[in-house]
Amino acid sequence: MDPTTRTAAELAAGIHSGELSSVEVTRSHLERIAKVDSEINAFLHVETEGALATAEKVDADIAAGRRPASPLAGVPLGLKDVLTTKGIPTTCGSRTLEGWIPPYDATVTRKLREADVVVLGKTNMDEFAMGSSTENSAYGPTRNPWDTTRVPGGSSGGSAAALAAFQAPVTVGTDTGGSVRQPGALTGTVGVKPTYGGVSRYGLVAFSSSLDQAGPCARTVLDAALLHEVIGGHDPMDSTSLNAPVPPVVEAARRGASGDLRGLRVGVVTELGGEGYQPGVLRSFAAAVDTLRELGAEVAEVSCPNFEYALSAYYLIAPSECSSNLARFDAMRYGLRVADDGTNGADDVMSLSREAGFGAEVKRRIIIGTYALSAGYYDAYYGSAQKVRSLVTRDFDAAYDQVDVLVSPTAPTTAFRVGERVDDPMSMYRADLCTIPTNLAGTAAMSVPSGLSDEDGLPVGLQIMAPALADDRMYEVGAAYERARDAAAGGALADRIPEL
Amino acid sequence: MSQISRDELAHLAKLARLGVSEAELDTFVGQLDVILDSVAKVGEVAGDDIPPMSHAANLTNVFRSDEIRPGLSQQEALSGAPASEDGRFCVPRILGEEQ
Repeated sequence: MDPTTRTAAELAAGIHSGELSSVEVTRSHLERIAKVDSEINAFLHVETEGALATAEKVDADIAAGRRPASPLAGVPLGLKDVLTTKGIPTTCGSRTLEGWIPPYDATVTRKLREADVVVLGKTNMDEFAMGSSTENSAYGPTRNPWDTTRVPGGSSGGSAAALAAFQAPVTVGTDTGGSVRQPGALTGTVGVKPTYGGVSRYGLVAFSSSLDQAGPCARTVLDAALLHEVIGGHDPMDSTSLNAPVPPVVEAARRGASGDLRGLRVGVVTELGGEGYQPGVLRSFAAAVDTLRELGAEVAEVSCPNFEYALSAYYLIAPSECSSNLARFDAMRYGLRVADDGTNGADDVMSLSREAGFGAEVKRRIIIGTYALSAGYYDAYYGSAQKVRSLVTRDFDAAYDQVDVLVSPTAPTTAFRVGERVDDPMSMYRADLCTIPTNLAGTAAMSVPSGLSDEDGLPVGLQIMAPALADDRMYEVGAAYERARDAAAGGALADRIPEL
Repeated sequence: MSQISRDELAHLAKLARLGVSEAELDTFVGQLDVILDSVAKVGEVAGDDIPPMSHAANLTNVFRSDEIRPGLSQQEALSGAPASEDGRFCVPRILGEEQ
């Protein structure tokens, strides 16, 4: 059987029992990347030698009877190009960092290395994770494997597309306003935003520090859980890392697969649906809620009135933090420097280098953030947005007093066409309508595919949200739902991805 | 109502040390107007009694223990520098003629 179509859990079981070799599994994935990535453009860099070296080490360990370093030892993975990798290029999808070789590993990278996970390479993304389609990458857009005329979502579009194109069984993405979950929805894959502080941000090149969170992406809920436990946990190098154990997500995913959700209270968020949503998305969502009910869950509608303001608050807070964070790209210590011909002073070199290095969306956000933080506008914009953040958090608190998890569609539409929204930033921003509230509150959420939209045959995502540090709850629900979905469809959703 | 003028936009870009071309200014001025118009609705619900929230992780004064640990070598720290000399970052002049 072709290793590229198997789950990470199956591959790990095979490799650890000696039935499969990690080198063969890794080679299959590298060959798959070589075969399809000219069409998909999910990878910005492929690390062939490093991947094979890790795979050889795992095979040698297994042959010598040593215990594998982790439940995912020997399994190939794609890493979003916003996480630093010592000795391996990290571009963040930007010209500014073209050719930059970081001198240190992100904590996520270090944990993957220590776990003997095989890092195949770095995945494509919207520049500095700003975007919802991966079209803002300086290295060309990633294409959606379900329909290559469409976007895979973003900003972690490379990580999501790599899964749907069978280039990797698991990948890491980052989610600031939905950048893991929305691509998951658009590519029919699973994407998780853990509780804020659950996965270290050390070495995650910052876009909006109070919102950024790395999370696992996979084709199954269990695979996401396995990766979550490898990359999660407290890190003294990140002062916003929560000093709490990783929620038992693998156990929860296995328990959920029994399909029994009796006693679970599920809240459908009133404000995340209705007008402005694609009818096929709403029908898929309604069917998914029916499935949860059939599995024994008690479903109630829950109102979160301030979610209506979340998108606006996000597009003030995130650009404000972005304008501050991206000041580090000053052409002095690393990154692109142009026009340093002896006639220009530091200020001009800085401006010209940033002009040459940044794309349009990054520039827009830096300007908006500078505006929202400037004297005279601060209270009306940034200050008010911070108050909305409090209100959104209160809505979540009140909702979780009544129910265990909240559900909604992950995105208002299925995958849109490449180029369709690039000239209309607000319509692009609306792709994050359902995912943003969770980032503002710092709680947890995942997207699990709810099948295909009946009108266009493209994947739809079910978003399952849980309180802070109750990530295991959404894994249990996600795994139960996934199993019921596949049973009803007579097979896994991934089997229906068109041949590339 | 126009939220932001072309001149104001150019000024903001200058404050952010961000060069923008004339063509970009033309595109951005309309787009930023639409964006700012849409997001201004945050003011509708932000009453005086609502506390601002800057962060979800309610942590303060997080310190690591004061121990000497290995860091980047000088060579590693300079490895990505656009220009370096004598183990230091080499930068364009920072003072103008009049200074």
